[in-house]
Amino acid sequence: MSGLRFADIAAWRAAAADQDVVAVARTMAEAAQPDLNALISLAPAADAAAATRTGALAGIPFAHKDLFCTGGLRTTAGSRMLADFVPPYDATVAVRLDQAGAICIGKANMDEFAMGSSNENSAFGAVRNPWDLTRVPGGSSGGSAALVAAGIVPFATGSDTGGSVRQPAAFCGVTGFKPSYGRVSRYGMIAFASSLDQAGVIARHARDCAEVLDCLAGFDPRDATSVERPAEHFVGACDRGVQGLRIGVARQLYSAGVRSEIADCTRAALSELERAGAVLVDIELPRLELSVSAYYVIAPAEASSNLARYDGVRYGHRAESARDLNELYSRSRSEGFGNEVKRRILVGTFVLSAGYYDAYYLRAQQVRRLIAEDFARAFSGVDVIAGPTTPDVAFGIGEKADDPLAMYAADINTVAVNLAGLPAISLPCGFVDAMPVGLQLIGPAWGESQLFAAAHAYQQLSDWHQRTPSLTAGAQS
Amino acid sequence: MHIDNAGLDRLARLARLGLDDGERERLMAGIESVLDMVSALRNVDVNAVLPMAHPHDAQLRLRADAVDDCDRQAALEQIAPQMQSGLYLVPKVIE
Repeated sequence: MSGLRFADIAAWRAAAADQDVVAVARTMAEAAQPDLNALISLAPAADAAAATRTGALAGIPFAHKDLFCTGGLRTTAGSRMLADFVPPYDATVAVRLDQAGAICIGKANMDEFAMGSSNENSAFGAVRNPWDLTRVPGGSSGGSAALVAAGIVPFATGSDTGGSVRQPAAFCGVTGFKPSYGRVSRYGMIAFASSLDQAGVIARHARDCAEVLDCLAGFDPRDATSVERPAEHFVGACDRGVQGLRIGVARQLYSAGVRSEIADCTRAALSELERAGAVLVDIELPRLELSVSAYYVIAPAEASSNLARYDGVRYGHRAESARDLNELYSRSRSEGFGNEVKRRILVGTFVLSAGYYDAYYLRAQQVRRLIAEDFARAFSGVDVIAGPTTPDVAFGIGEKADDPLAMYAADINTVAVNLAGLPAISLPCGFVDAMPVGLQLIGPAWGESQLFAAAHAYQQLSDWHQRTPSLTAGAQS
Repeated sequence: MHIDNAGLDRLARLARLGLDDGERERLMAGIESVLDMVSALRNVDVNAVLPMAHPHDAQLRLRADAVDDCDRQAALEQIAPQMQSGLYLVPKVIE
């Protein structure tokens, strides 16, 4: 069993030839659950047919973030609202991984409706960071990142609305990939903010992210925002190397809030890439500092609209003995949603309400365009943009619970990517306070291939992504 | 931006959210602090800038106007909290 913990997809595939690797992953997941709380639901044991699966990921165990609808398997979005929701259909992401032969061992814990950066906003309890069980794993895909960091599965799905794949990947010392908006279908992915949400992948290796993306990417007529583009081979792109690759370094990604030791780790990583043939170019992203403000108007606005569907009538939590329809709505929603979700719904309702729409929502959308234009201008001279994924390493559980704005502010380097719809990846690039540090590489829209080339090249030069946490006794059993 | 009790009630009514007395203070403070944070947007010159609702400025596609097998009633009945004779049940709305 220990031979597979922390293994990459290729090693799991090789082992699958002569052992039940899904059972191995399930056993590790169950043993780690008391320490990590990384799963909300464990899938039923795979049937015998699983052993005969074919496809690019045949027999490989993985976990879904618990907002991908899985027909017949509870899907909660980390919320009391959906605590008993068993979807009648599969998300396209679930269908494609199933067609590739991969086997879902369970549904990963997450911040409620993907709203959060610490995984403390889950109705199913906080997830703990495998590197230090007193710290958060990041969020909102914290369960996915913790499972991969603990070596239980070689990859897990996630979703990224403002950094929810990249930030937990950075906090847990694994690789997190967010594709271009429209690259992967959102069909069956429980919505938070529809113009920002994009499915992603967390794995130890960038190459494994590419392998999973090769299965997930592609047009889906059931998602109105899915974009039809020629197929690409992302695994193949991993070996292109970085000779002549122009890497933009924006001083705005190294703002005053970024801890100097974090900045030093990422600069050292960029120096490695420079020695391998990449060219570092200073660039400007002058409106980056506005991205948190624009994001925290647009995302709550879209959330308030998307979450209006939870009314206690068609599915989800329903309040008992309501006297009239309005009471049924308001009590079902009050009982079903947690604090952070309520706050964002109310903020979103405010910025969309009569008298405030132009001053907040419309203006945020205008600033969104300015931020996207800054990226477009920068990408006229560089192939990728690099900087720290997060300003600091993972913080302690409960440390920022009373100060949500401090958590929002720490999203500074990730949210702009979603506003502009760009692909980005977070790679382990060092340690500060014995906790992992993430390097973020951002590509132009549809520039996934050059991101994978740079990311894989860096992982050929470094071994940060292969460092593993020394788990507690329970998780090691 | 100051949010008072009446303002919070208005938002809660619009959002169909019932609020406990115990959470009102915290929510008012939370909403105010977010609105203060985003007030930085006010100082940006957005004159003649088109709002951006979609990252690639794409128009949403329309599906073909064709009949397909879309009867999911049986599956949807399974997940409804209260259903009778193929109808969702809600409290009486007409006296």
